[in-house]
Amino acid sequence: MKRRDFLKTSVGAGLAAGAALSLGGYDKLWMPASSGSKFDMVAVMGGNPDAMFDLGIQELGGMGAFIQKGQKVLIKPNIGWDVIPELAANTNPLLVKRIIEHCFKAGAKEVYVFDHTCDNWVNCYKNSGIEKAAKSAGAKVVPANSESYYQKIEIPGGVKLQSAKVHQVLLETDVFINVPILKDHSSTRMTCCLKNTMGLVWDRGYWHSNDLNQCIADFALYEKKPALNVIDCYNVMVKHGPQGVSKEDIVLMQSQILTTDWVAGDAAAAKMMKMPVEKIEYIPMAHKMGLGNMNLESLNIKRIKM
Amino acid sequence: MRSSLLRRFRIIFSTFIFICFILVFIDFRSLIPTRYTNLLLYLQFIPSFLKFTTLQSVAAGGFIAVLALTILTGRTYCSFLCPLGIGQDLTSRIGGRIKKKFRRYGYKKPFTVLRYSLLAITLIVTMLWGMYMITLLDPYSIFGRNMTYFIKPLVIILNNFLAGILGRFDIYSLSNIPVKGFTLIAYSIPAAFFTLVVLLSLTKGRLFCNMFCPVGTFFGLLSKVSLFRIKFDESKCTRCGRCSMRCKSSCIDFLNHDVDITRCVDCFNCVTICQDKALSYGIVRFKKKVHETDESKRKLIIGSALLLLGVSRAANGQVKTAPKPKKDSTVKESKTFPVCPPGGLSIAEFNKYCTACSLCINACPNNVLQPAFKQYGISGMMQPVMDYHKSFCTYNCTVCTEVCPTSALRPLVLEAKKLTQIGKAKFIKDNCIVKTEKTACGACSESCPTKAVHMIPYEGNLVIPETKDDICIGCGHCEYACPTVPYKAIYVDGNPVHLAAKKPENVQSEIKTPVEFPF
Repeated sequence: MKRRDFLKTSVGAGLAAGAALSLGGYDKLWMPASSGSKFDMVAVMGGNPDAMFDLGIQELGGMGAFIQKGQKVLIKPNIGWDVIPELAANTNPLLVKRIIEHCFKAGAKEVYVFDHTCDNWVNCYKNSGIEKAAKSAGAKVVPANSESYYQKIEIPGGVKLQSAKVHQVLLETDVFINVPILKDHSSTRMTCCLKNTMGLVWDRGYWHSNDLNQCIADFALYEKKPALNVIDCYNVMVKHGPQGVSKEDIVLMQSQILTTDWVAGDAAAAKMMKMPVEKIEYIPMAHKMGLGNMNLESLNIKRIKM
Repeated sequence: MRSSLLRRFRIIFSTFIFICFILVFIDFRSLIPTRYTNLLLYLQFIPSFLKFTTLQSVAAGGFIAVLALTILTGRTYCSFLCPLGIGQDLTSRIGGRIKKKFRRYGYKKPFTVLRYSLLAITLIVTMLWGMYMITLLDPYSIFGRNMTYFIKPLVIILNNFLAGILGRFDIYSLSNIPVKGFTLIAYSIPAAFFTLVVLLSLTKGRLFCNMFCPVGTFFGLLSKVSLFRIKFDESKCTRCGRCSMRCKSSCIDFLNHDVDITRCVDCFNCVTICQDKALSYGIVRFKKKVHETDESKRKLIIGSALLLLGVSRAANGQVKTAPKPKKDSTVKESKTFPVCPPGGLSIAEFNKYCTACSLCINACPNNVLQPAFKQYGISGMMQPVMDYHKSFCTYNCTVCTEVCPTSALRPLVLEAKKLTQIGKAKFIKDNCIVKTEKTACGACSESCPTKAVHMIPYEGNLVIPETKDDICIGCGHCEYACPTVPYKAIYVDGNPVHLAAKKPENVQSEIKTPVEFPF
């Protein structure tokens, strides 16, 4: 019953959002989502993942700006590969742990972590170090290996992707925090905020065979959007992504980007990779669909060096 | 010894062994370390013997211990160590509950011709052509298949049911596991044997062991010289016949005070049931009368043992019928060879030693191992084959090579496995999304752990896959990930003989650690 209510309100919210869009453009839509902080984006450089997050979230007004007491939170890192943390194919476990701690401090009732992995999920959860880190911070690490965990949702307005099966935890939580790791990607050139959503859905094969870039952009239309994106750019896989072959693929960048606008986050991430934003097709697509702003010049960015 | 403790000990011991076997075969969460699995399988006769023929070391000498045990104590193996035997004791018990009659056995004549013929056929076929008969009749392998095909799915369904309930309470210590069945035809032989074993044991005790099982028949012959055996004290016997009624092997002829030692599995039921203390288990004192047939039968035993030892040698000389290549087609995947699991060395070598016990199929965390039907030809029926439409071989894993009890799969350390090429990825450009749809995909390349499948510039901003044979290991992740239907745009063609792949080379990137934000 709860779920149905939620869906109803979501559809309502979606309609309202659509109406707002047609009236006033995306800027107005994003205004209420922003935290009241004067920055659209905070970029931190020079510290450890956890310390950089402490600084960055402070600049955005603290985790309390995104979470209300008693809410359920989903933290979605990238846990796609059966690879050790040093090889940076998965989000840094230290970062995941610190975000969870902030969530609980801000009064979160429950924090969930999952990813629909590409490699064997048990190994991914374990060898990424994320399962242990998240559990030690008190989060619930949820399996996402079976279709039974997923439910069909509609994506009105999607060009290629009009529906998808998403993990039920995404539907049952109040706040979604997107925690991708920046990496090279063999076909889309780069994976970061938007592409991280592929771990929320069941049938990724459909995306691959129906214009991958458009599907990635389309999914960003779905009403459940991240309240915050935390981009892990500590160790960055600059080639052989998204899985990597050896440590030569990794460049230490010691950076982190926090933003409420995931299109802007991806645009900034592309700059970190020294890649023209236009080459990563889903970014301009999402920008044109009004899902965020890829023009970094027009944003208020706070840059911090530790 | 004639105390009822013997039977109690047998029940406790065999229950323990049986539970261990069940746990090993239903361990879908890979909780049991492989060294315990190996310990348990060390004394399984056929697997251990096969392992010995390839490794020839004490590490594989479990079967020698079993032979010694048999010569000393008779067919205790059948009651204490054989999981299929213990399982039949359990179903016999259930049979007794269903109908009392099912558990009243009584003396019956042995199926002498049938059981010795089957033993002989098994030996001859194994020697001349390969593992067909052993694959079909090895009790451990039959048990393994029963567990894999019929019991484990039930356990997973139960797990999923519990996981579903726990999930409602926000507890995720159990996770839902997709039940992936095999192709229907793969169930035919295991189902036939499952039915046979269950029906026979429900109603006739150990008849399967004394009619079909070549290991049982062979141990029966060995028992003829065993030191310890069931004995009658004729002076105490009142010929009440209770022992005979309780004998699962139907081998006690109480009227003549004779126990057919070739069929007795040392369950000690008779010793316990005998109120007159006329039956006991102990060192035999040979009677004066000498069996005329003894000499020839001993020759048969020795001959069989020699034949068995010669099996590996003889089979080496045999030319294997390799699986036939399929017809060429431009867009159909044209696999010339199936992909055999890492550690198998070559398809022929692997087919020769695998008894299709299915332990590896159970142990594989990725469910990529599926029972073959015709992929390997008849010699490889039910043996595991890599099925990349179902799943792929996970890069950081060597479990199948570790658990294999027969050394059909030889142990590989992880670093060696990562360089063992079991097949090569083949790209069919005409099937590829990038070419047909003119949109980005790259699912294959993103999955590739060595980047043997990498992307090269195509039209416009598009990139399209290209494969490098020398660093490909044939894990099949590309084939599994490829979204095209019905034919994949990339597939792995098996290597008939496994090769060594090159280590992927890698150079430091030109991108350096930034000192300023580039935005």
